Amino acid sequence: MKLFGWFGDKALHRGVHVPECKEQTAHLPIRRMNFPPVVIVPMSQHAGTPAIPIVKEGQEVVRGEPIARPDGFVSVPMHAPVTGKVERIALAPSARGDLSLAIYIRPYPAASQEVLYGEPQNIDQMSPEEIVRAVQETGVVGLGGAAFPTHVKMKLPEGRTVDTVVVNGCECEPYLTTDHRVMVEQPRAVIHGTRIAMKALGAPRAIIGVEDNKPDAIQALRDALAAESAITVEAVPTKYPQGAEKMLIEVLLGREVPSGGLPSEVGVAVFNVATLAQIGDLLPRRQGLIERVITIAGTAVRKPGNYLTVLGTPIRWALEQAGATEQAASVILGGPMMGPTISSLDVPITKGVTGILVMARDSFNSRHTIFPCIRCGACVEVCPLHLNPSRLGMLARKGRYEEMESDFHLMDCFECGCCSYVCPSHIPLVQYFRVAKQMNRERKARHAAASA
Amino acid sequence: MGPPEPGYLPQLCPIPHPGNRVGKPIWQELTVADLVLASAIMGALGVTLGGILAVAYRRLYVFEDPRIDQVEAMLPNANCGACGSPGCRAFAEKVVKGEVEPARCTVSTRAAIVQIANYLGVSAGSQEKRVARLACAGGANVALNHARYTGWQTCRGAALVAGGGKACSWGCLGFGDCARVCQFDAIRMNEHLLPVVDEAKCTACGDCVEICPKQLFSIHPVSHRLWVACRNLLHGEAAEAVCEVACTACGRCAADAPPGLIQIVHNLAVVDYSRNSLASRAPIERCPTGAIVWFDEHQGPVKGAEAKKITRKSALPVAVADFPRN
Repeated sequence: MKLFGWFGDKALHRGVHVPECKEQTAHLPIRRMNFPPVVIVPMSQHAGTPAIPIVKEGQEVVRGEPIARPDGFVSVPMHAPVTGKVERIALAPSARGDLSLAIYIRPYPAASQEVLYGEPQNIDQMSPEEIVRAVQETGVVGLGGAAFPTHVKMKLPEGRTVDTVVVNGCECEPYLTTDHRVMVEQPRAVIHGTRIAMKALGAPRAIIGVEDNKPDAIQALRDALAAESAITVEAVPTKYPQGAEKMLIEVLLGREVPSGGLPSEVGVAVFNVATLAQIGDLLPRRQGLIERVITIAGTAVRKPGNYLTVLGTPIRWALEQAGATEQAASVILGGPMMGPTISSLDVPITKGVTGILVMARDSFNSRHTIFPCIRCGACVEVCPLHLNPSRLGMLARKGRYEEMESDFHLMDCFECGCCSYVCPSHIPLVQYFRVAKQMNRERKARHAAASA
Repeated sequence: MGPPEPGYLPQLCPIPHPGNRVGKPIWQELTVADLVLASAIMGALGVTLGGILAVAYRRLYVFEDPRIDQVEAMLPNANCGACGSPGCRAFAEKVVKGEVEPARCTVSTRAAIVQIANYLGVSAGSQEKRVARLACAGGANVALNHARYTGWQTCRGAALVAGGGKACSWGCLGFGDCARVCQFDAIRMNEHLLPVVDEAKCTACGDCVEICPKQLFSIHPVSHRLWVACRNLLHGEAAEAVCEVACTACGRCAADAPPGLIQIVHNLAVVDYSRNSLASRAPIERCPTGAIVWFDEHQGPVKGAEAKKITRKSALPVAVADFPRN
């Protein structure tokens, strides 16, 4: 029967089976983390233009109050995660390694966890445009890691329609269990958020896709749905990168998003479950996104778990709560396949951080020697987008970056890391591709500047 | 293999072929008439096509100045692009047209430039020598690393992983992408893993400017002698905590310089090169960290008298993040 499953339409044909490592935290209920001594709210926690601070140094802010306004449509506001005083507005380290503008807030010692800011609003009477505006007001972005502003996805370009909202509950990255716990513990919020997304997009149906390694989440959602027929829950096979939106659309609906295109071109919009849970929770109360669930796990952590953390919590504080063992050597924000390793523990938790992995020195292969490509084709077999990573890698080694983009579809690569994962020669292919994309972007910017 | 048996494919293979011993050899089959006919057809074809070529040569003729080839031969043919043209041929075309002066080629020797100028009967022109300058002095002995990067050993690769291990997020990563990309061998990595530009060899082609992930290189005329070798935007102690030779934005250089020459912008001293004629060594003298230097014609970059002396030769230990244990 397994064999038939391989050829069935519900399987991702490429990708890799990675060790799931989720048993560490999958059964642990979400716990609230204490307020840190200082909260750092960067103005750029999302894809798009950074927000603009609207508070002054020394000002008192109330938990939930807007402290920065969006700069344009592809931008979101920021809200005060804690009641306290704005200590300073200064540069703060980011996961990318650069410094960006952030608001430092020192919480009052007796600050409450309760959110008093906000007023109820009736979503049933709102038009799609009003919902899009209200979603922007909440500051919600894709909580699955990409941090793309959600309201932008809810606003369709002229002449496009969406017939299906796909809710992404795959969580295919190893170790992470935040979406899993959100589905198990807050299925009603997920479903409520799904209804709001359907209303904003005018979509008649929604499918919640959950990997089949989370039967309790599937059951919780089905129980909460009861007789609702417009929303269905479907189990999809567990395989990395099932949670990539193009992969998920193909597996659930059999539609292929064109190269360089958006899901709306095939009538689909994809949202992460945690994103919709937050929208379902915040929108009726007209509140802003100020906290999120993160998984703290890894091979060198004492108290792994799923923590509800205020945004802006420094990683150092989060690790003080969870504890790191003597072997702790590296910290990854997000999953081990795509998440960035950070170089400073002063980086704050932002909207796109799904988890913190604390890894021991011996948890990874020390893949430091790069051997020549032996043309085994393993990377070609696993690339979910049917690219030729081997060829791309060779071109990258020669610095032929433009050719990679014009002839070998470099820009389709979404850096899932399958090719690097399987490469027996330890070639850091994804790193090559990211350098290539960066070089091409810089070259184009130079040309644009020269011709302007 | 011997000859085929007699009677092998007897009458079935009438086509004469040298390899086919059954029919007659080809030279016995062909008549003189055949040869004449074939020659006539080929000859006619040749004459017709030749005629078309001859007409096309006349009709579609494009005059190209023969001097372009000559000038191109006199150029170094490095195709580096430092002159702003896409390669030496394009530059030669512009020189012959008189759009640019021969001296614009910064790779050629002065003698070669004069030779081109004499050949074309134009003035060689004077192009001030331009070189690449690095806006960082944070070698391994003075700049702190707060993480250990062990992956693909290139600056571009390291910069992708949380900006590399350097505590100063603007600083040089020291993996030498610039030294590898330089076609003229003008950049070498010194003992503190900092690139050093050999001004005599540098042609200002700009390859290092493009490859540096931190955008630390820029092309400057050699007359820009006042140079801020830092990009750190932190203030005071915060800057000095990550690198001993960082610009702390104390403002002494700006105070000592003629008005407007140096300004502190976002916690960094910035030299306004449009007022370069006012520049002197005075502003560097009181710099406490030696972040602002004077490029001396003979000695290279010189620090001010009050700059702290860096005596450490070895690399600073990596100050790896102290994990909170609980």
